[in-house]
Amino acid sequence: MQFTAMILSNVEVSPGYWRMRMTAPPECGSARPGQFMMVRVNGAIDPLLRRPFGIFDVGIYMPAQSGAVSQPYLEMLYRVVGKGTAMLSALHDSDLLDVLGPLGKGFDLGAADEEKLIVGGGVGLAPLYLLAKELVKESKVRLFAGGRTRDDILCITEFERLGVECYTATEDGSLGECGLVTEALLRRLDQLQGRATIYACGPNGMLNAVAGIAKQREIPCQVSLEGYMACGVGACLGCVAPGQSHSPETPDFRCVCTEGPVFESGELKWRD
Amino acid sequence: MKPDMTVNLAGITLRNPVMTASGTFGYGEEFAEYVDMESIGAFVTKGLSLKPRAGNPTPRIVETPGGMLNAIGLQNVGIDAFITRKVPYLRSVNTPAIANFFGNTVDEYAEMARRLDGIPEVAGLEVNISCPNVKQGGIVFGTDPACAASVVSACRAATKKPLIVKLSPNVTDVVVMARACEDAGADALSLINTLTGMAIDLNKRRPVLANITGGFSGPAIKPIALRMVWQVAKAVKVPIIGIGGIMNATDALEFMLAGATAVQIGTASFINPGAAQKIAEDMETWLIANGVADIKSLIGALET
Repeated sequence: MQFTAMILSNVEVSPGYWRMRMTAPPECGSARPGQFMMVRVNGAIDPLLRRPFGIFDVGIYMPAQSGAVSQPYLEMLYRVVGKGTAMLSALHDSDLLDVLGPLGKGFDLGAADEEKLIVGGGVGLAPLYLLAKELVKESKVRLFAGGRTRDDILCITEFERLGVECYTATEDGSLGECGLVTEALLRRLDQLQGRATIYACGPNGMLNAVAGIAKQREIPCQVSLEGYMACGVGACLGCVAPGQSHSPETPDFRCVCTEGPVFESGELKWRD
Repeated sequence: MKPDMTVNLAGITLRNPVMTASGTFGYGEEFAEYVDMESIGAFVTKGLSLKPRAGNPTPRIVETPGGMLNAIGLQNVGIDAFITRKVPYLRSVNTPAIANFFGNTVDEYAEMARRLDGIPEVAGLEVNISCPNVKQGGIVFGTDPACAASVVSACRAATKKPLIVKLSPNVTDVVVMARACEDAGADALSLINTLTGMAIDLNKRRPVLANITGGFSGPAIKPIALRMVWQVAKAVKVPIIGIGGIMNATDALEFMLAGATAVQIGTASFINPGAAQKIAEDMETWLIANGVADIKSLIGALET
């Protein structure tokens, strides 16, 4: 659906990373983890296209005025990377945004008795918080958060508050282990007893590594992809990702916005 | 009093002049949640080919100031899947559906026209001789008047349905192309397709699009499109569909003054999936506010 959202807060949570809360119509209260929204930054023609953002959190907003009706809010966590996100970060409480969403297919929450291993890189944590919030209701959840520096490790306190056990790794060693977050994931998998499911979102290199680990260890794995997209509704076909059987001779492209953004890692083609 | 919004496009009556452009509206169904299909004049399918096509590698799209570049590469389900999976939806909607199509050879174009001619749910055909993003077919036929004429003649012989030819702006003189297509039997012309462009990532020293070049669309191209529609309208007798950067009713009405009988909404549907409907409604509002009883009176009414 398309709606006008009112910004409730827009704060920088780490250098270059922002968290925005906005009002949403009642239908958005049922937004599922992994779904996303397309946000129009302003009504002008530059930026022209909407920008896709994963839904970080959903909740109920209680207006301060007496008698005012409560309504859902949506949150997104975003990194300032260009003109559109820079303009977004300059918006204030009570500013209005034109939003399309929730869009796409979210995460499958799996079975309760599995351990849930969530892997996030940088702003890839954006769709994983709402996921963790759902998963902790029934399962043991561990988060593996990675980044280049400590500035890229976002909202860990929020995950901890949910009861998620958090492991962090940075490439420069400024927070947590020095190195890649997949090393901590591998150690946990070595100790694993019983079944598990991996959920991942982050840069392609990280997703590629996680998909490889999941395949090797025969553990179900769901990944959330990003894609350059113009529409978000399956029309522009800009955001496709190669499917598992893809080759130039036997093409197999999946549409990230409508068939994803969450895929079983085995559905997609990865670098070996 | 409500103005008469209907126009006649090569024998197809449109309830209003607003159509959706090929490649920006899927096969219609994708937009059912956002657009009352019976509020627009017609919709045009994604370009179809004999065999399914996977399209180009990614990145396929990039935004530039006032517009976007795309190099999708004519990804489509192919004619067989179109008939089994997409036509049932067309049947359920009381709005003319125009099938856009292309081929790699003149024979393939003709075969496609023949296949589409047999589908009752298809009201008309739009021949794509102007895609800038594929090596074979597409724009090769759209930049040489003799090649264009041979494609149009072959399609003409293969269908009795209204035949629209979509022209490329990537030519020295669009009027030459327009006349060649009209003489070869086109019932209408739609213009413009995207302009060839490119974007570069300075820090990576690489093109942004995997295809290197792409088709440029969006509000930035509107002045070029308006000029070409105006030139072609003076030179041919067949009706013209104006396309290029139409974002609102004002833009659409300007194209009609320049000589367009109908318009197609493209990139705007990506930004606002309900754009076509909104534009049609706002056009009617403008007519009422300006005392225009019949929208047909605006076609080519530019005063110079």
